[in-house]
Amino acid sequence: MDKGVIVTNRGGISGRRWTEVPIEATIRVLGFSTIGFVLLIFLFLLREGLPIFYEVPTGNLFGTRWYPTFELFGTLPLLLGSILVTVTAILIALPLGVATAVFVRELAPDWVREILKPMIEVLAGIPSVVLGFFGMHFVAPLIRNIFGAPTGLTVFTGALILAYMALPTIISVAEDALDTVPKSYRDAGLAMGATQWQTIWKVVVPAARSGILMAVMLGMGRAIGETMAVMMVTGNAARLPLTFDSLFRPARTMTATIAAEMGEVAQGSTHYHALFGIGIILFVLTFLINLTAASAIFRKQRRGGLR
Amino acid sequence: MVDAKIRIRQLSYSYGGAEALREINLDVPANAVTAFFGPSGGGKTTLLRLINRLNDLVEGTRMQGTILLDGENIYAPGVDVPRLRRRVGMVFALPLPLPGTVRENVVCGPRLAGIRDWGRLEEILERSLAQAALWNEVKDRLDDPAVALSGGQQQRLCIARSLALEPEVLLLDEPTSGLDPISTAKVEESLFELKQQYTIVIVPHSVQQAARVADYAAFFLMGDLVEVQEGTRIFTTPQDPRTEDYVTGRFG
Repeated sequence: MDKGVIVTNRGGISGRRWTEVPIEATIRVLGFSTIGFVLLIFLFLLREGLPIFYEVPTGNLFGTRWYPTFELFGTLPLLLGSILVTVTAILIALPLGVATAVFVRELAPDWVREILKPMIEVLAGIPSVVLGFFGMHFVAPLIRNIFGAPTGLTVFTGALILAYMALPTIISVAEDALDTVPKSYRDAGLAMGATQWQTIWKVVVPAARSGILMAVMLGMGRAIGETMAVMMVTGNAARLPLTFDSLFRPARTMTATIAAEMGEVAQGSTHYHALFGIGIILFVLTFLINLTAASAIFRKQRRGGLR
Repeated sequence: MVDAKIRIRQLSYSYGGAEALREINLDVPANAVTAFFGPSGGGKTTLLRLINRLNDLVEGTRMQGTILLDGENIYAPGVDVPRLRRRVGMVFALPLPLPGTVRENVVCGPRLAGIRDWGRLEEILERSLAQAALWNEVKDRLDDPAVALSGGQQQRLCIARSLALEPEVLLLDEPTSGLDPISTAKVEESLFELKQQYTIVIVPHSVQQAARVADYAAFFLMGDLVEVQEGTRIFTTPQDPRTEDYVTGRFG
């Protein structure tokens, strides 16, 4: 009867057409299921990984030696390996990425931008195995020869490849951030007698800094979780990267450890639990990174910044 | 007319084929307020932006003719554009505080220009804010974020930011379009003080405002400069019928 009548009544099923009810219910279930999946993964990780924390004494677990065959589960070299590779990668990728974003958005003529943007997106689509292969056979020999390292499979090689992988993310997100800075800011900068260079670095980039921070965090998230390429080029020796030359020595990351050993481990063994324990550490680490980024952006907004 | 600070000769300008200004000849007198007024699309803002070369980076434009500042062609090759823009300051329609505190906003320009001495910067800070009739309101809030000021204060802050560079000419593009009447009155009041020292060109946001502030007024219509007169005359006895129609409110 009142099928044709659209009643604009928010809340309360009476206002909706009956056909909308199942559609809306489906969408709602799909939306909530995302949260459900994340929770399930986390619970699974905890179930498989938590036992390690009482199966093995803490001193062993955070020791410096990872030799599962001898019941030595020191995760410290892996943790530091991951951190060292990631931080080095970001230190390489950040200036490059921001500079590229500034070039693409602020300096390049339109036709160059039209060519560059899709190319950067293609860069993001290269499978990590291909990059690992490239790193192994091209970058590694180069590193060995230039730095006189015993092997070219080093932290630095891994960081280079990772930086390369994080670059497209950093460039696109930073470029979007620069794009949202209103044109009037550029005018205001120029009208103050700033050169184009000064306008970019003193006005436009600071105005986009929360977006650029976001770009770095996303790049970092991508770098720390990356497995295949890193496994192929960092040498996979679980040694503590504490000496000064660690950058040019092999190391092993948490992700590579899980990937390399998970296939050969007996399900339910201490070693198996240890690998999941590493997974928990990784999860907590990425969670902390995201939390830092989110709170930094939140604080910026509260302070009455732009975005 | 008295001493001309800016002389515009045979100026034509087009964006991608569409003419924005046609053969403009105009003298802007020193130490006075000159208003460019007329219906929108008349080329007022374009002309303003040409005077400090803000349109340099806009692609697909064509310009003919010359603009002389103190007799020197500002479009001559070899002109130091940032220096020109420090001599010719500009305030935009929307108050646009840069990210940062009130203090940072004002001293940003002088610092970019190479002034490092904080004592001197503090002097500039106080002088500029005072000239923009803002000092008394913000002297205790210099380290607050600039966006925390009210709209009217933000716009006067932008004026102070331009004044901090000790320009010779001040270009104001509808500086009060986003402001309430009280703030508008304060900005207009400060213009009377400022014209003692500066040459001011304003695109007012209404004919009434033009009539209130202008010593000289130029009427722009569709890219043509129709008439230039002393302000007292153009609004009472305009020579051109088109000007008369506009100022009496018959169109626009």
